Amino acid sequence: MIQTVDFFTPVVDDPYTFGQIAAANALSDVYAMGGEPKVALNIVCFPNCLDVEILGEILRGGADKVKETGAVLVGGHSVQDDEPKYGLCVSGFVHPDKVYKNHGAAAGDVLILTKKVGSGVINTAVKGGMASAEAEAAAVAVMSMLNKTAKRVSEKYTVHACTDITGFGVIGHCCEMAEASDVSLEIYTKSINYIEGAVEYASMGLVPAGAYSNMGHRQDQVEKGGIEDVYEDLLYDPQTSGGLLFAVPEEEAEAFLGELKEAEPDGGACIAGRALPKGEKLIYLK
Amino acid sequence: MKTVDARGLSCPEPIMLTDQALKESNEQVKVLVTEPHQKMNVEKLAKSKGLSYTSNETEDGFEVIIR
Repeated sequence: MIQTVDFFTPVVDDPYTFGQIAAANALSDVYAMGGEPKVALNIVCFPNCLDVEILGEILRGGADKVKETGAVLVGGHSVQDDEPKYGLCVSGFVHPDKVYKNHGAAAGDVLILTKKVGSGVINTAVKGGMASAEAEAAAVAVMSMLNKTAKRVSEKYTVHACTDITGFGVIGHCCEMAEASDVSLEIYTKSINYIEGAVEYASMGLVPAGAYSNMGHRQDQVEKGGIEDVYEDLLYDPQTSGGLLFAVPEEEAEAFLGELKEAEPDGGACIAGRALPKGEKLIYLK
Repeated sequence: MKTVDARGLSCPEPIMLTDQALKESNEQVKVLVTEPHQKMNVEKLAKSKGLSYTSNETEDGFEVIIR
């Protein structure tokens, strides 16, 4: 049995969309461990000065996402607070032999990332009123997408390691996988799919503070090589409800990626890198 | 020279205010920020617009002079 809880403050203005994103984010932890969500509970903080209909919309968004997974929402708990917060406590099941762990990546494995990157940058641009409607919609689509299909597709393949990409950004979560697996990881910065507008907004300095703190924690363990600053920023960008990152044997990678793309043509799945024998640095950007 | 005082503001406000100031006039713009990452973001904005800049540390943060 897998149990997890996650909740946060609104990342978008629309309450229904916020509910969907917060739920997809909380449910992702179960998929990242190779499990299937079964039961969920709402966890809510809400101020009494706001219209209760807003709360209803947040909960409706969350409930719709839970329904999409096939799990059941059986209740929850709410408290009064100055700022709204929403998320889920989720219980799921996985066969003990089939638990995905963030360790186990072997030199030669290929890294597959299932979603586009850049939601933190786009959310910053949206907050500043500087994002296009298209970029905002693209980020919402990425953040509210469940990792359900990616996990289902992965069941047919040999998963050596898996993690979901969230607050520590691509590099932070890759560092954790590399450390736990005793390997180094090479990241193909130009092969990763970035959300529409993310490269432009990051170039303009719409880089959230979290990306810089992620960079501060990890940059000593990263060989930047000759890549442009903007891609480095995007790889440290904290992701909300990001994709799954799989380490799989090289001979299975192409078929796995092909099937992911077929199942979710707009999902943004890509070959994001490769595991190397442990080197001086944990991460090598290419 | 125009001054954008973005001290104590959090991202993306320094960028919004600087972008606005650069659009409004062709003068030099001096931007005051508190945190190192805000200085870096303002420098990125200048660079993305093809403008030159110089940055200095001040008593309570940083100043970036653009153009």
